[in-house]
Amino acid sequence: MLKFPKTIALVALSLTATPALAEVYGLGRAALPEEISAWDLDVSPDGTGLPVGSGDALVGEEVFAEKCAICHGDFAEGVDNWPKLAGGMGTLDHEDPLKTVGSFWPYLSTTWDYVNRSMPFGEAQSLSNDEVYAIVAYILYSNDLVEDDFVLSNETFLDVEMPNQDGFIIDDRASTEYAMWTGEPCMENCKDDVKVTMRARVLDVTPDEPGDDTATLAAAEVEDTATEDAATEVEGVQTEDALDPALVKAGEKVFKKCKACHQVGEGAKNRVGPVLNGVVGNAAAMVEGFKYSKPLKAAAQEGLIWDEENLTAFLAKPKKFLKGTKMSFAGLKKDEDLAAIVAYLQSVTE
Amino acid sequence: MSKTFKSKGTTRRGFLRGAAAAGAGAISTSAAQAATPDPLITDVQPWAQGLGDGVDTTPYGLPSAHEGDVIRRNVEWLTADTISSINFTPIHALDGTITPQGCAFERHHSGAIDLRKEDYRLMINGLVDTPLVFTYADLERFPRENHVYFCECAANTGMEWAGAQLNGAQFTHGMIHNMEYTGVPLRTLLEEAGYDTTGKWVFVEGADASSNGRSIPMDKALDDVLVAFKANGEALRKEHGYPVRLVVPGWEGNMWIKWLRRIEVTNAAVESREETSKYTDVLANGVARKWTWEMDAKSVVTSPSPQAPITHGKGPLVITGLAWSGRGAIKRVDVSKDGGKTWETARLAKPGEKMALTRFYLDTEWDGTDMLLQSRAMDETGYVQPTKTQLREVRGLNSIYHNNCIQTWWVHENGEAENVEVS
Repeated sequence: MLKFPKTIALVALSLTATPALAEVYGLGRAALPEEISAWDLDVSPDGTGLPVGSGDALVGEEVFAEKCAICHGDFAEGVDNWPKLAGGMGTLDHEDPLKTVGSFWPYLSTTWDYVNRSMPFGEAQSLSNDEVYAIVAYILYSNDLVEDDFVLSNETFLDVEMPNQDGFIIDDRASTEYAMWTGEPCMENCKDDVKVTMRARVLDVTPDEPGDDTATLAAAEVEDTATEDAATEVEGVQTEDALDPALVKAGEKVFKKCKACHQVGEGAKNRVGPVLNGVVGNAAAMVEGFKYSKPLKAAAQEGLIWDEENLTAFLAKPKKFLKGTKMSFAGLKKDEDLAAIVAYLQSVTE
Repeated sequence: MSKTFKSKGTTRRGFLRGAAAAGAGAISTSAAQAATPDPLITDVQPWAQGLGDGVDTTPYGLPSAHEGDVIRRNVEWLTADTISSINFTPIHALDGTITPQGCAFERHHSGAIDLRKEDYRLMINGLVDTPLVFTYADLERFPRENHVYFCECAANTGMEWAGAQLNGAQFTHGMIHNMEYTGVPLRTLLEEAGYDTTGKWVFVEGADASSNGRSIPMDKALDDVLVAFKANGEALRKEHGYPVRLVVPGWEGNMWIKWLRRIEVTNAAVESREETSKYTDVLANGVARKWTWEMDAKSVVTSPSPQAPITHGKGPLVITGLAWSGRGAIKRVDVSKDGGKTWETARLAKPGEKMALTRFYLDTEWDGTDMLLQSRAMDETGYVQPTKTQLREVRGLNSIYHNNCIQTWWVHENGEAENVEVS
């Protein structure tokens, strides 16, 4: 197309007054306004970039309960290791400060921007502008920074005062550290006595098993059982009821894709998704303490059973099988993965 | 042959015990004598008789199966899940300075995404004459450069602020890698769009769901920042931002935006999540430092170390490690065997290069007694790597990031090493 970019560049240079005078190559193309507005979403502390919209904490509470509480807790207090969004006021100069939107974040724009572009985890950019305003209003309310009837909008945005907005200084290492730690260091008799004051071994938080051992073992076992099964099949002894150990093993691998949200086995807890012990063959939406989506609860009331057929269809295309499901997973494409994961889930009855 | 390395039940601890026993029994004075001929020499071995793999067996090679433990590791308790998390480079088992891509640490905020070159777009907008969109093919038509740089997560060694926590250089110092990048200077692309010289910042963001975005001052953007598409000669790996990532030499890793999709010239910093709520450093008085971009000079002994014990008894011993600085080249590394009372200057494998890893060696004789091993880096600004005590005096106890303290390994008489803190 453009065989002589430098020629083009010269033409371009002569036509436009480029502030930064430098060689240009005439590569790329002009970005269209629609493209820029689709990607240029960041919001600055002065509110630049905020779209028109509004929401209050009451609406926010509902949206938060449905879309955020599974990780951040009903009161923005955080579940397990997931971020706490509220509380911690006055702890910044204590041991283990609690850094939340209320206690630490200097600008409200950061919260709006992050919720808008990156939340909910696994379903980013799915919220409407009004929902984002409402969620942010609810986070502010959870931090006792606004009343429940405060309407956060592009117009009221700068009315909110963030408690820690003056709590930051620009990197001062050059003046506070560098001079102190520069120069010829001590080489001999640098201290009288050296004592061991702490040992990591005492705390013992280092991961224990080398990953390769388990990985290799697992692989070896799969190979072995696969051979055995092939033999069994040839002899025609395999019954329909028995779970194929190779398939279960393969399913365990596939389950890695689910692990971010689901736990199985002994001591499993509800996380982003419910515990899946014994899910196969049972009624849907049965796990205690898990907030299922409305569509799933409705389907369960109509008698949805997670038998092999339903589960396979759901995991192939979650959103097609159950419109409005909270599960943000896109689905498993391969039939063998689907068969494997169902076999694996059948194996984890407790 | 493949069965032999699948040794069931050999844990790291088991290996350490075995290694220590072997070490204790070994004769370590010069020129040991063998009592019986070594069958590995006197018997014809299968590999010397039969045939190996053909050239069509391995179109793209993986490390030797006997190096199966040289892998990235995850520390489960660190984060809520593995999608928004970090793993660690096995620096205890590597040598030289270049990190192979396959074991170079990963840090994602929303997981490693799969993005085809054909679907890749890079936008430059904001204070520019002409907002532009580039395809991957466009990027390959700009003049490009090659540079070796380290990339260190600001949180590297962060778990050690509270005290000695993790037993292994991989875990204490493995949030780092060092690669040779090929790419186009960011300056070239800014000039192509005709950046406004009054613009003080560029905001850079990735294409993944975390939309990780950071503000970079214009001076840095025009200086040495690279829009890279190759590492160590081949395409970037998915986990490192395939097909295009930003390289920000010497500055904290989260600014090295992966799956780079947009560059916006602005008048002010955006103050995004990753430059306010995270990657800021709370001091003892509760005030936090922000924009702590540069990674200060730092070093660590990679061997011997907890995952790389001495297995040969007393005698010749190679002590080795890595040193680096985000503020220039490493000039000198000193090593102490007694917890910092006395120091010897180590040998640099090559003269230090700016913002790249430097390998150091101390070729020494081990007398078989225990050692408190430390290393201390100096960079071209004259800065000397501080102790943890010195850092805590200035920064207090609530820091997470930028821990560049001197690390101590306590090497015992049996060759095992552990992570300790010393007075």
